[in-house]
Formats: sequence, structure tokens, C-alpha cells
Amino acid sequence: MRERLRLQEVGDEAEGQPPYLFPDYRSTRLRAPTKPLLLLPQTLSELTGPAFGDDAVDEFDHDLTRQHGGEPLGERIVVSGCVLDRDGRPVRRALVEIWQANAAGRYIHEGDRHPAPLDPNFTGAGRCLTDDDGRYRFVTVKPGAYPWQNHPNAWRPAHIHFSLFGRAFTNRLVTQMYFPGDPLFDADPIFQSVRDAEARARLISSLDWETTTPEWALGYRFDIVLGGPAATPLEQ
Amino acid sequence: MTVAPTPSQTVGPFFRFGLCEQPCSELVKREQPGALRVFGSVLDGAGEPVPDAMVEIWQADEAGTYRGDFGWARCGTDAGGRFSFVTVKPGRVPGANAEAQAPHLVVLVFARGLLKPVLTRMYFPDEAEANGVDRLLEAIDDPGARGTLIATEAADGLRFDVRLQGDGQTTFFAL
Repeated sequence: MRERLRLQEVGDEAEGQPPYLFPDYRSTRLRAPTKPLLLLPQTLSELTGPAFGDDAVDEFDHDLTRQHGGEPLGERIVVSGCVLDRDGRPVRRALVEIWQANAAGRYIHEGDRHPAPLDPNFTGAGRCLTDDDGRYRFVTVKPGAYPWQNHPNAWRPAHIHFSLFGRAFTNRLVTQMYFPGDPLFDADPIFQSVRDAEARARLISSLDWETTTPEWALGYRFDIVLGGPAATPLEQ
Repeated sequence: MTVAPTPSQTVGPFFRFGLCEQPCSELVKREQPGALRVFGSVLDGAGEPVPDAMVEIWQADEAGTYRGDFGWARCGTDAGGRFSFVTVKPGRVPGANAEAQAPHLVVLVFARGLLKPVLTRMYFPDEAEANGVDRLLEAIDDPGARGTLIATEAADGLRFDVRLQGDGQTTFFAL
């Protein structure tokens, strides 16, 4: 008789990652799984993922300041970096999606009730594919901080949301990029949910003189390392 | 040398304009022979619908081949926590030991309040034989926990609810 697979139960302590339950971030209380996770043996289902081609992105998708008739208000910035795997190798042709509030701290989303102005020249959504060196680049405006309902006088530090696809679907990462020196870091439970200080630091971009463009825009660098299993890309 | 991964952060409540503007919940046209609707709700620990979740699926094609250009779809939940995909039943794909796995979808759920996604699988209710010998399913001792991974037949497709927390919590995996 063949041997039965044994699935190991594991706790919620992936290194450098936030836990599911972080009570200071109120929304985790009813949404965090409470049963142990089962360690999944890696099969083709875990080691493969979608491939995206040039048709996934349009000409102005990477430039959030040129998607409307005029330029958005706010501080124009260049956000760029490399997408790497756990071995430090570049992840080529990775789809990078970003979304953010405008310079006043307001999202175009209908659910955002913050009484700050929308900008008719800013949607706040972008996408691009990494190049052969794993590099991505966006032009946008620096998002504003904004209040939220988590606790009295709660404010989110300025951030840009990132969504990434690696070589395998299980490399998927959704995260947030922060700006250096933000005084709101200590009071933000979403940022603080990453308990390890070094891991937290990996969420903070750095001012980048290489992409800072004279008379035009400051540059911020945000390199991203995808976790999960190593995988071989599928031919499209 | 290995490099430390970037930590995950929640997708937040306002992702829709960034991630769900382009329609990408239908892998095939509804009229196509074999087209199958897979739908369900994302529910929290109080049994309440989660209206700001995003469900993504990844699957092989009907022949059981994982292809880069087919098999990924995404759907944000509506005010009632509901999501819906149109897809096809994938064929059987090899498992870790070259034994065929029962047909399944890989499912990732993101949401406000989830600091990292939950990973699960959806199996098919009309595949009792394949499910019975699937190495992963048979390794889950508790029938209730195993049952959370198998969709149920509905009049207009297959229903697969994702319960994030509580007694009927969906079985979630780690890598």
C-alpha cells in the first residue's frame, strides 16, 4: 500500500511577514484565520503562474501624471526599483500594478469619505512590466497622508500600494511602499504589523539621486523581493 | 545567497480602481461549450460578507496543462461579499510524485484586514473518484476541513464559499 502524505500543521510565523491577527489593526480581528495552516507540498500548481505580455500594459500606464488632459497637482516623483527573487536574481516580465491616493490624501474610490479634494487629472492607478534586468519605473505624484477609522485620530503614513506577480502564482505579493522619515510610522498599525524592524525597513523607499531628475522630479527607489517557492517560468 | 523577501501588507479597502478596472474574471466566454460558472462569498468570523476582498484563481487548461497565457483570473467581491468566475474545469495535473492530482483551482484571497493573502484550493464535487485518491485531500484527516475545499453543485454553477475564520473556516495552506 502506498504511503499516505503527511501534512504538517504550521503556525502563523513566516519570517519577516506580518501575522494574520494583529489586534491593533482592528479589521484583522474577524478576518484572521484561527486554525493552523497546512504546509502544502509543492506541485506544478504551486510552481507555475501566469505570464504577461506587452498587451497587458498601455503606453501611459506607467505614467500616472499623463493619463488625463492636464497634470495632477502635487509633488511629481519617479518611483523605480528592481524585482528580485529570493536568490537575488531579477524577475523579468513581472506585472507590477500600483494604486494610491492623490496628493491631498484622497482615493478616487467611491468608498473614500475623506473630505479632501479629488483631482480631475489624477486616477492613481498604474501598471508596467519589468524589463530584462527586473527593473520597473513609474512617474506619479507623492500621495498624501489620510485619516482612517481604525482608532481615534488614526492617520495612514503616505504610501503607494503595489501588487506583483512572480514566476509562480504563489510568489504573488501585495504590499505598500512608504516614504523615508515619515513621522506617522510609529502610530500606524498596518506598518507596525511587521514586527521585525529590519523587515519593516524593507517597506520604506529611499531617496534616489540616480533617478532624481534636475528641475523636474525627485526619485524614490523601492526594490522588491518576492518570496514563495522558486519556479521555472512557462513559455507563453 | 538568499535575499529576505519584502513583507506583505493589506490590499486595503480601496484597491478596486487599481486592480479591478479591466475585466478579468472570465477565462472563457459564457457561451463556450464546457464554460462553467464558479461563484461564492467571502465571509468573516461573524459570518458576515466581506465586501472588500479580491479573489484570484490559477488553474490548468482542460487538458491538464499549466500555460502562461491561460488560467489566471481575478474578481473583487461586491457589497454582498460575492465573487463570480467563468472558467472551464481543468484537467488532472501531476502531483509531487507524478501521480495525477484531482482537478482543482488554486485560490488566493486578499482583503482589507488580511495583512497577507490566504491560500486555498477548490476541488470539484463531480470528481468523487479522483478526489478520493488525491494525495492532498486524503491527507486532511478532518472530513469537515476537507469538505471546505470541495465546491458544491448549484443551479447555475459551482458554489465555493471562503470562510476566513471560525468553526467552518476554510482550510488554508502555507508554502
